[in-house]
Amino acid sequence: MMNPQMVMYEEELAQIQAITDKLLRDSRSQTILVVDKNGQMIVTSGGSTDLDTTSLSSLVAGNVAATGGIAQVIREDEFTGQFHEGKDISVHMTLVARRIILVVLFGKETTHGLVRLRVRKAMGDLTAVFEALERKAATQSPQQNVFAEITDDDIDNLFND
Amino acid sequence: MSFINYSAREINCKLVYYGPGLCGKTTNLQFIYTKTKEDAKGKMISLATETERTLFFDFLPLNLGSIRGFKTRFHLYTVPGQVFYDASRKLILKGVDGVCFVADSQEERMEANIESLDNLRYNLEEQGYNLDELPYVIQYNKRDLPNAMPIPALSEMLNPNRVPEYEAAAVDGTGVFETLKALAKQVLNELRKGST
Repeated sequence: MMNPQMVMYEEELAQIQAITDKLLRDSRSQTILVVDKNGQMIVTSGGSTDLDTTSLSSLVAGNVAATGGIAQVIREDEFTGQFHEGKDISVHMTLVARRIILVVLFGKETTHGLVRLRVRKAMGDLTAVFEALERKAATQSPQQNVFAEITDDDIDNLFND
Repeated sequence: MSFINYSAREINCKLVYYGPGLCGKTTNLQFIYTKTKEDAKGKMISLATETERTLFFDFLPLNLGSIRGFKTRFHLYTVPGQVFYDASRKLILKGVDGVCFVADSQEERMEANIESLDNLRYNLEEQGYNLDELPYVIQYNKRDLPNAMPIPALSEMLNPNRVPEYEAAAVDGTGVFETLKALAKQVLNELRKGST
């Protein structure tokens, strides 16, 4: 059995980046992350370079998975949004197209209401991109897949350190 | 579910260490973390109780190097081994690309091993996976202990399908990287098979 892969191409990545950059400006937030439900980071906008986005992505995915588990236990379909309020920074997380998590970190320069409003608009745009991406990945021919050309030596070489 | 980023030229895969409570899953990750060069690893995260028992998961991101210009990144997770954390274990298996079952070699933990292995199979099936078709290795841990069972006996009970199996003493690192490499290779091979 082969797991369904998530594939990202340059064109779609640029589209996602443009949406999150706009969201960053419009919502006056500090950092935006687009993370897949398994904790893989796809895109960031804003934020300082010392922010550990890998850890953040994995924890966000764990958080959303746990909340999804709670939803199942209480027979709720899915919680699409979460909000964590901090003293200086707050976090707004939204599930997009059931497989992507949009994470917005914001401070005192803005309000939760404005963030929610702008996120709602961005969600629609992101959903369209991810749906198109899914269709594109499904029709991609195997020849264009980089893995087809990998040899045993390539794999062995990874471990020769 | 692997994530292939053609734009960033990256391959991301998820490996999960599964096994009964106190079998050494976290110890495996801790050893990998301490022995990996700074530039090849991210921060290790442990969501643990105050008594250092895994509550939700441990997480360790590793960069293994490049294949044909694609950076290979592996995200290593452990599950909480204690029986009552089953709901959390299920969540962590979502999107898994490869599984390492860490068995405790001690005779008195045999029942716990069998129970955990059954639980792994069941939880995978609930997520739509079949353990027999996933990249999968078994590690017999705690070989350094005097009450460790002989390998043939462990193998007979825990490895009927003869998947690759490794002896280990995670506490001093014996067998830890051998296990990881074997699993990572299987995952990459699986990706290759899936692309042809």
